[in-house]
Amino acid sequence: MTNKRKNLKVKAIYPVSTDEELELLVFYPKIQAGFPSPADDYLAEKLDLNKYLIKNKATTYCVRVEGDSMTGAGIYSGDILIVDRSIHPRENLIVIAILDGELTVKWLKRENGKLYLCPDNNDFSPIHINEESEFQIWGVVIHCIHTFYKSF
Amino acid sequence: MNKIFALVDCDNFYVSCERAFNPLLRNRPVIVLSNNDGCIIARSNEVKKLDIPFGQPYFKCRDKIDKYNIAVFSSNYELYGDMSRRVMEILAQYAVDIEIYSIDEAFLELEGLRRFDLDDYVKEIQQYVLKGTGIPVTIGVGQTKTLAKIASKYAKKNKQNNGVFNIVNHPDIDQLLEAVPVEDIWGIGRQYDKFLKKFNINNARQLKYSQDKWIKKHMTVVGLRTVWELRGQSCLSLEQLPPAKKEICTSRSFGRPVESLQEMREAIADYASRAAEKLRKQNSAASILQVFLTTNRFKEEPQYFNCIQINLPTPTNDTFEIVKFACKGIEKIYRSNFRYKKAGVFLTDIVSKDNIQTNLFDTYPNRDKSKKLMEILDLLNSKYGSKTVQVASAGTKKEWAMQRNLKSNNYTTNWDELPRVKAK
Ligand SMILES: [Mg+2]
Repeated sequence: MTNKRKNLKVKAIYPVSTDEELELLVFYPKIQAGFPSPADDYLAEKLDLNKYLIKNKATTYCVRVEGDSMTGAGIYSGDILIVDRSIHPRENLIVIAILDGELTVKWLKRENGKLYLCPDNNDFSPIHINEESEFQIWGVVIHCIHTFYKSF
Repeated sequence: MNKIFALVDCDNFYVSCERAFNPLLRNRPVIVLSNNDGCIIARSNEVKKLDIPFGQPYFKCRDKIDKYNIAVFSSNYELYGDMSRRVMEILAQYAVDIEIYSIDEAFLELEGLRRFDLDDYVKEIQQYVLKGTGIPVTIGVGQTKTLAKIASKYAKKNKQNNGVFNIVNHPDIDQLLEAVPVEDIWGIGRQYDKFLKKFNINNARQLKYSQDKWIKKHMTVVGLRTVWELRGQSCLSLEQLPPAKKEICTSRSFGRPVESLQEMREAIADYASRAAEKLRKQNSAASILQVFLTTNRFKEEPQYFNCIQINLPTPTNDTFEIVKFACKGIEKIYRSNFRYKKAGVFLTDIVSKDNIQTNLFDTYPNRDKSKKLMEILDLLNSKYGSKTVQVASAGTKKEWAMQRNLKSNNYTTNWDELPRVKAK
C-alpha cells in the first residue's frame, strides 16, 4: 500500500502548463444565459461524506484495525474506524479501550452489574473489568470503513 | 457587564500529544527534542522532577535517559499542529471570542456568565478538552488578560487547584499579587524588570499601586496599560487575526553538512517554495528576497558566511519566480570547499496582495496564469499532503533535510500512520 501510494506521488511540476489542464479545475458548470434549467430552483449542496460521518470534527479520529476479534460486528482487520472521543461511553456501544498499554476495540457490555469488554467472534473471550483492571475508555466507535475495491 | 478573560494553556503540550496516541507513555517519563534532535524542548512532569532542564542538549543527558527509561521523541510538528487546531476549535465553542496566542495557548473572552457559574464552566472546558483530545490544560481566569495570565501561572504552581484558578472571586487579590515577581508579569520585558527593581518595585502588587504619571513617563502607555490591567481594568482586547507577518523567514540547520552546490540549490529551492506558500497563505506578496548561507561557527574548520539581497521586479508570491531568484542568489554567493551548516531565505517588504502595483517593465510572463497555477499547487498540496507537488529544483532526495530519527507517527494527518487498535 505504501509503495503504491508512493508511485502516485507527483514528484515535480514544471512551469509549462497548458490551458486544458487548468480548465479541469473549474468546478462549477456555467449556466447558459437564456436557457434556464428546470433544476435551477432546486440546486442542492453536494453530498459531503465528512459532514455525514463526522459530527464533532475536533474530537473525531481515525484508527486502523488489527485482528479478527470483532468480525461479528462487521469490523475486519485493516478496516478504518471513525472514533469520537467526546461521546460518553455506555453499554452496548463499540469502544476503543486502553488495555495493557494497547488500544483495543471491543463491545462495552454490562451483565449482572459487571462490566465487560466483549469481542464479537466465538474464538475470543470477553474480558471482565474489575476495580483492579488498569482500564480506560479512549473513545466511542461511530463508523467503520471497509473497502471492497481499491483503485489505487 | 464586566468582561471575563480566561487563559488556557496546554500542559507539556508536545509530550501530551505523544501520550494521546501511545498509552504506553502514560506513566513513563517523556521528552521531546528540537529540530535536528538538538536539545530538549518539552518534558513530562516526571522529567521535570529529575533535574533535567529545558533546553539541555540531548547528548548531555543520555545517561539519565537510560537510567530512568525516559522515552525520547523528535518533534512531530504535523501532529502537534493538528492537535493544536483541535484544542482551539473546542475552546472557540466555549467562548464569545478567542485569541490563539501560541501553538498551545489561547485567551478566551467569556461573557454573560454569573460569577458563581464561572468555576463550573471553566472546569467543564478543561474536562471536555481532556476527554476529546487527551490534552490536559491549565486555565486561569481574571477580569483582564494580564490577570488571567497571572491566574494561570498560579494554577500551574499550586497543584491543589487541579489546573483551574479563578482570580475574579478571590477575596484578597493583593496578597496574591504580592507573590508575583514583576518579571513574571505579562508584558514586562527584561528592560523594565531591572528598571522597576531599581525603584524597589519588585512584585505585581507594588506595580499595581504605582503612580500613573510616573509609569507613563518611564514605561510609556504600554506600561500604563499593564498597570491598569493589574487593577482589573481591561485595556487589552483579544487580537482576532494575527497581523500579517512583516517578514517571512525559512531557514534550517542541515542534518549533515552540505558540501555541493547542487544540494545547496535544492535546499534553497525548498525553503523558497515554503516561504512563497506562507506568503500566499496570508494573502500577501514580497518585494525583497534575501538568501544566506553559513558554515558551522562552532567547528574549527574554514568559515564562510554570506548573504545576498535581491529586489524583486514586482512584489510576488509566485513559487517559481521566488525559487528562480533564490537559486540565482545562492549561485552567486556559494563558494566551494566549505562545509555548510545552515542556509535560509528571507522575504521582506511584504505588502498585501491587493495593493500590488504592477511594474510596467514586469518581465514575468503571464501573471494571471501564474496565479492560477499557484492556486492549483496549494490545492494539491493541501489535499494530498504538503510537498506532493513541488518545483523540480527542490530535489526529491533531500539528504540535507532535518534529522528527525525519533519522530512518532503522523497519527492524525496520514492514512498510512493511523493509530493501530487491536482486535484480539
Ligand atoms: Mg504550555
